[in-house]
Amino acid sequence: MIAPARDRGGPIRPDGDVVVGSGVDRLGALVAMMIGVGLLAVPLVTYRANRIVAGDTRSVMEALPLVGAVGLIVALVAIAGIAVLVRQPPLRLAAAAIGMALLFPAIGWAASYLTPPGNTFARVSPAAGFWLIGLALALLLADCLTRLRFGPWERLASLALAFALLAVLLASGSWNDVSLVREYAGRAESFWREGRQHLFLALGSLSAAILIGFPLGVLCHRARILKGATLQVLNIIQTIPSIALFGILMVPLGYLAAVSPLAHALGIRGIGAAPALVALFLYSLLPVVANTVVGLDQVAAPVVDAARGMGLSRRQQLFQVKLPLAFPIILTGIRIVLVQNLGLATVAALIGGGGLGTFIFQGIGQTAMDLVLLGAIPIVAMAFAAAVVLDAVVDLASGVRP
Amino acid sequence: MGWAGIGRLVVFALLVAFLTMPDAFAFVFEPLTENNAPAIYNQGSLWSLTVSHLTIVFGAGLASTVLAVALGIFVTRPSGLEFLPLSRSLVNIGQTFPPIAVLAVAVPLVGFGEAPTFIALFLYGLLPIFENTLGGLTQVPPLTLDAARGMGMGPTRRLFSVELPLALPVILAGIRLSIIINLGTATIGSTVAAKGLGEVIIAGLQSNNLAFVLQGGLVVALLAVLIHGLMGGIERFALRRLGGERGGALA
Repeated sequence: MIAPARDRGGPIRPDGDVVVGSGVDRLGALVAMMIGVGLLAVPLVTYRANRIVAGDTRSVMEALPLVGAVGLIVALVAIAGIAVLVRQPPLRLAAAAIGMALLFPAIGWAASYLTPPGNTFARVSPAAGFWLIGLALALLLADCLTRLRFGPWERLASLALAFALLAVLLASGSWNDVSLVREYAGRAESFWREGRQHLFLALGSLSAAILIGFPLGVLCHRARILKGATLQVLNIIQTIPSIALFGILMVPLGYLAAVSPLAHALGIRGIGAAPALVALFLYSLLPVVANTVVGLDQVAAPVVDAARGMGLSRRQQLFQVKLPLAFPIILTGIRIVLVQNLGLATVAALIGGGGLGTFIFQGIGQTAMDLVLLGAIPIVAMAFAAAVVLDAVVDLASGVRP
Repeated sequence: MGWAGIGRLVVFALLVAFLTMPDAFAFVFEPLTENNAPAIYNQGSLWSLTVSHLTIVFGAGLASTVLAVALGIFVTRPSGLEFLPLSRSLVNIGQTFPPIAVLAVAVPLVGFGEAPTFIALFLYGLLPIFENTLGGLTQVPPLTLDAARGMGMGPTRRLFSVELPLALPVILAGIRLSIIINLGTATIGSTVAAKGLGEVIIAGLQSNNLAFVLQGGLVVALLAVLIHGLMGGIERFALRRLGGERGGALA
């Protein structure tokens, strides 16, 4: 699904679609084995009387009514067969997608089936079987999407389709009895608040890094002396562990808030969002500055000469020739920053900066796995979506034909 | 030895001095404390925390290196070639997982302590090494491989005498990147009760003692600078053994 621009040139060796040996697809065999183990050897879901106690497990046959269990097993076995025997990527893709479209509602069905009517304490959560089968189907899906070599628009459309299906699943209420959604139901308001805060931290620091880092990169491109020193300092900042940088920034910002009423009025404090934003901003600078410099430096000398020959001033050379040519590389830097910031913003919760990390650390504190997942899954989904979207934008900007 | 080398020696000496007799440095951190809070971490020995921090980082690094290099070799052999495109996509997808999420998801599976941290560091450390192993092995020019084949080398000898030595500097760069990232990530392990320098930082955050936060962060950052320099030296040594001019292109 994610095919970064740098892979476009391709390895020296023949790629992918090499048929080796007999008609059995080896990845398909692995997928089929994982589905088999997931169906027969490990439990599909875990049932707990309440959210804290240890649960006991339910296999496929125990978790669903007979018809549902047999139906799910037959369908998944058929998909495993297709994975092993059928080689056409579109057919395999369809099989994997149908598998996903059956597996997710099945978990919701199992949760409703196992939860006694009216009981709001019981928790049914997906167990090893679900994760293993889900992973097998995701592998198959990823393999097909890689082989089909989708262009940027098709990748964006696939992503939108996946999120639309997820939204339908959640909106339909089919997962309402699954533990994850029950955790959400209890804190819907704070979930969206922390989600917005998470995005604010990640995007706010990114915007600041672009505003400062981009001109800084152009300056570094012009003045060699500045380049070495700047990149050195930014490199050292990257080695400071995130929780320490968040913590260390509490000193100057706390001091600033104490001595300057203006800073205090602006909401700058030693703890909270301010040190988190500044720390994320500092981490973001290196990829933005470095990619701007590299992008501008790699513009071929004859191109610049031609521009000069046409009578363009230095400023015109920069804005009309170099920057457009460097744009895809600068965008790649922005992609790195956005994915990295969405992950790092999690740590902000440790210093009172909010964000989805709040649920992860609360969950760790209460040993409540569902709460951890309530924080972790949206973060992974956002980072993944950001990577797909920006990869597609980079491809479009560098003129790769769909 | 250049200025950078001398600088590193000074940093190393300072770090060892601080870890063995931290109380001698109390005067540096005292201005940061309030209400007579201790200026130096007093709930455990900084030296032993550093040792456990490095143990877990290098242990996980070793495990990731073994698996990532083996996988990288497998998908570039004829028998594993069909997994090459998939493994590239998986590496790209894997990089979008934040380490804290990996850590948090590992806790319910293996309990609190060192184990979840080890798993998170191991998984997160795989990606840069795998990517660089792939990069290094696919960069070996086909002409070189043909020459090796012409000299009568079998696939195994080609791998060990030609491909791996040529790819070594790139692989080492991947290992260095992985270790440096994990030095920082390991501090987060202390939120799930792993022994390490994160303990100092988190104790500081909880008791609002900035001296703790600063000394924990400084020790990790200095370790990162030193290890970065040391491993960079090993890479340059590997490059020199290749005879320089090709090495320049690889680095």
